Amino acid sequence: MTLDSKIPDGPIADKWDNHKFDVKLVNPANKRKFTVIVVGTGLAGASAAASLAELGYDVKIISFHDSPRRAHSIAAQGGINAAKNYKNDGDSVHRLFYDTVKGGDFRAREANVHRLAQVSVNIIDQCAAQGVPFAREYGGMLDNRSFGGAQVSRTFYARGQTGQQLLLGAYQAMMRVVGLGMAELYNRTEMLELVVKDGVACGVVCRNLVSGEVFSLAGHAVVVASGGYGNAFYLSTNAMQSNVTAAWRAHKQGAYFANPCYTQIHPTCIPASDDFQSKLTLMSESLRNDGRIWVPKDSNDARPAHQIPEEDRDYYLERRYPAFGNLVPRDIASRAAKREVDAGRGVGPQKNGVYLDFGAAIDRLGEDVIRDRYDNLFEMYDRITDENPYKMPMRIYPAVHYTMGGLWVDYNLMSNLPGLYVLGEANFSDHGANRLGASALMQGLADGYFVLPYTIGDYLAPLLGKPIVTTSDPAFKAAETKVSEGSKQLLSINGTRSVDDIHRELGKVIWDNCGMARTEQSLTKAISEIPAIRDEFWTNVRVLGSNESMNQSLEKAGRVADFLEFGELMCRDALHRNESCGGHFREEYQTEEGEALRDDENFAYVGAWEWKGVGSDPALHKEQLTFDNVHLATRSYK
Amino acid sequence: MSPANGDAQTTNANMKIKVTVWRQAGPNAQGAFKDYDLDDISPEMSFLEMLDTLNEMLNDRGEEPVAFDHDCREGICGSCGMMIDGVPHGPERGTATCQLHMRKFSSGAHIKIEPFRASSFPINKDLSVDRSAFDRIIESGGYISAPTGTAPDANLIPIPKGVADVSMDAAQCIGCGACVAACPNGAAQLFTSAKLAHLNLMPQGQAERWDRTVNMVDTMESYFGSCTNHGECEAACPKEISIDFIALMNKDFVKAQLKQRRLAGQLFP
Ligand SMILES: Cc1cc2nc3c(=O)[nH]c(=O)nc-3n(C[C@H](O)[C@H](O)[C@H](O)COP(=O)(O)OP(=O)(O)OC[C@H]3O[C@@H](n4cnc5c(N)ncnc54)[C@H](O)[C@@H]3O)c2cc1C
Ligand code: SF4
Ligand code: FES
Repeated sequence: MTLDSKIPDGPIADKWDNHKFDVKLVNPANKRKFTVIVVGTGLAGASAAASLAELGYDVKIISFHDSPRRAHSIAAQGGINAAKNYKNDGDSVHRLFYDTVKGGDFRAREANVHRLAQVSVNIIDQCAAQGVPFAREYGGMLDNRSFGGAQVSRTFYARGQTGQQLLLGAYQAMMRVVGLGMAELYNRTEMLELVVKDGVACGVVCRNLVSGEVFSLAGHAVVVASGGYGNAFYLSTNAMQSNVTAAWRAHKQGAYFANPCYTQIHPTCIPASDDFQSKLTLMSESLRNDGRIWVPKDSNDARPAHQIPEEDRDYYLERRYPAFGNLVPRDIASRAAKREVDAGRGVGPQKNGVYLDFGAAIDRLGEDVIRDRYDNLFEMYDRITDENPYKMPMRIYPAVHYTMGGLWVDYNLMSNLPGLYVLGEANFSDHGANRLGASALMQGLADGYFVLPYTIGDYLAPLLGKPIVTTSDPAFKAAETKVSEGSKQLLSINGTRSVDDIHRELGKVIWDNCGMARTEQSLTKAISEIPAIRDEFWTNVRVLGSNESMNQSLEKAGRVADFLEFGELMCRDALHRNESCGGHFREEYQTEEGEALRDDENFAYVGAWEWKGVGSDPALHKEQLTFDNVHLATRSYK
Repeated sequence: MSPANGDAQTTNANMKIKVTVWRQAGPNAQGAFKDYDLDDISPEMSFLEMLDTLNEMLNDRGEEPVAFDHDCREGICGSCGMMIDGVPHGPERGTATCQLHMRKFSSGAHIKIEPFRASSFPINKDLSVDRSAFDRIIESGGYISAPTGTAPDANLIPIPKGVADVSMDAAQCIGCGACVAACPNGAAQLFTSAKLAHLNLMPQGQAERWDRTVNMVDTMESYFGSCTNHGECEAACPKEISIDFIALMNKDFVKAQLKQRRLAGQLFP
């Protein structure tokens, strides 16, 4: 099968407008005749569900959370980008487009990124109209800050809770249509199977997480907005329940998985404290605006931070990247920290962190200013570590944070399976090999508010009057049986190890071998080890309780079973990509200065994998990327 | 903030604790307390990591793990929440259960853990409760109707910083339900008033202000108990939402009723 990205013709700046004119429309009176199933109520899912229902489509919304407001998007702290140029500092749609393509290390699709930059301005308008309490200046206008190394101030924020406020805006818009009877909500419901008939997505099979009941929903289209797969690593900054199941089960029904090896490791997280650690906590990147990163020059220096004089400190980012200093992109900052810790210069009781020091900023600006900017973050740090960052530097270390890979989609956000759309972090489309700070919220909301509502009509319009596959079809019955049998099997193993225990083992293998740095050797090793862990899981996991009631161990077991298959694909993708780009750093491919070395001649493509069964080699399909507007260049942040 | 200045990094020895946990197999099952001893709890653990440890132990013993809701473990999603020694989210002020650490307890502690108790929050299982009544309140009016595509440029409506700040104070509510669990009457005034204040203070929220207030208050009253000004809600709230917002809600509610009467031709017949 060839991958048709369906990129519209014409100059980059006109593609989206032309396309909006060219797509087929569904007559307003006919929209209610189409059922669209939306899986997920994060920024992408909630904004899509609200917008589609407002248009008149019959929308069914599924979320495993007890309330849709709890989706993982709620935890985003820093902000959301938009090319508003409110600061008059030279920002533009083209600059945001350019920065995103370059920041993604030339592995994203230009046309998608340009559209993202274009609609970014509408997102801010939309959210402000919904009442999102963005930060304001004294004159009442919206405030912006520079974020994650951007050279312009284009980030909108709501204190340290931007994700929360944006999600509540989308959730409220969605609850409005639910209240008006224009959409139906299934909370505490997990999608466990995508139903495909004659190559077309036609519904889902779900489990009610309170009663255990397995049931089906049929629709004209299925929208998967189920978030990212960072928890494959066990420890990450993702919410505990974030998982790959919805995407993975769609993959096993034929949807291609693109670039799974592109994972983002965020440089500023609190280092792990011990084996019981269940997740890692992000410290907002905005801290790098005022904090200085350093380690002691001497790896044997055991003095507490404040007793180490300036001349014995190595501000290694400022030294190596004088132009960007502490604000280099995430992948570069993360690898630099790893280099210091690997060389034994790490700090803290386990020597697994680097210092992020506010001493100089406090001297320069005063403690009040710093308190005003970061107090909630400082408090959070103190609560977790019992250390006061006003008095001693924070300790930070990189952690898995975001996944750029995801299900392959075309320009319309439809996967290679007709009728299956994929939105938000669950798709692969806009960030290439590395995502810029404050761009995930933008992408999720762009997909849901401003892209899908236009593109879905093109697919649905010709289906008018055609019968829908109903839930009594054998395809649905077979999928339901598969789900029920799957639960029964997990409950019957009754081995000796808990789900978490095996997940932790898997996560360590992936982190050690397919984490911040990868080699042919490490990846080959992981690919040989993961199947053994999978076998261990299927013969020795212990899942207690029953299928007919709430059973959180069973929920987790199903998700970990998918990670055990998915993890292998991640490593295979990383192994096949014989280059370094963005978050994918293969040690064999680096410049003399230790920077990522891309191979544009051979690898300027999207790697989309087709499932061929457990233990069988997946098939690779390539979507060639062309760069007509941003010229291929080596990133330099010196 | 902790006083530590970096001279010493104290790692306390691990703690021995006893927990008494509410176990209930399902929504209609009979529940009961059960005691468990935990010998190796690190003070660095979060409260939920302590429960993870308990669940590992139970799983090993062949007993079903304790069900409890959680997700972000960063105090922002509002999933977690339980009564810890009779207090919603436990002893530390302004802290959700997931952000509470075991160093706040001493070795030898005996901790009682129950689900949030309120008739409008039926128990699903063990410590997990059903808080969907909150979603019903939001869908009855907790929004500004701004269908996608209708928005003017965001800077067309300036919002004084002070207004935006207070609105944000209210908008920080995480919907955890601790306020309801803390209230002797099981009232949801703090939650409802926080959403009303967030939206009613904003210029964008004015068009629907009075309908929103009446609809949300009516829905709230159909699910929850009534407020008799105990103030326990504010003390339990992990986001320290102020009860002043309840006063604002009450004022808006009275005004809204007047306006409705006026519209119905009752005030000026
Ligand atoms: C700590 C942290 C801070 C961040 N800060 C920023 C920031 O400042 N700026 C920025 O731009 N980005 C930030 N990000 C990234 C950003 O938050 C996420 O990429 C984004 O919110 C993802 O949104 P989403 O809608 O795609 O998915 P999610 O928010 O993850 O939502 C997934 C939804 O799918 C549902 N779901 C999943 N699987 C199933 C299933 N099988 N059945 C039913 N329902 C299912 C879940 O219930 C949930 O509702 C941050 C991320 C983290 C971890
Ligand atoms: S007002 Fe406070 S206690 Fe009540 S739901 Fe909101 S955050 Fe929780
Ligand atoms: S788990 Fe999210 S608030 Fe506690």
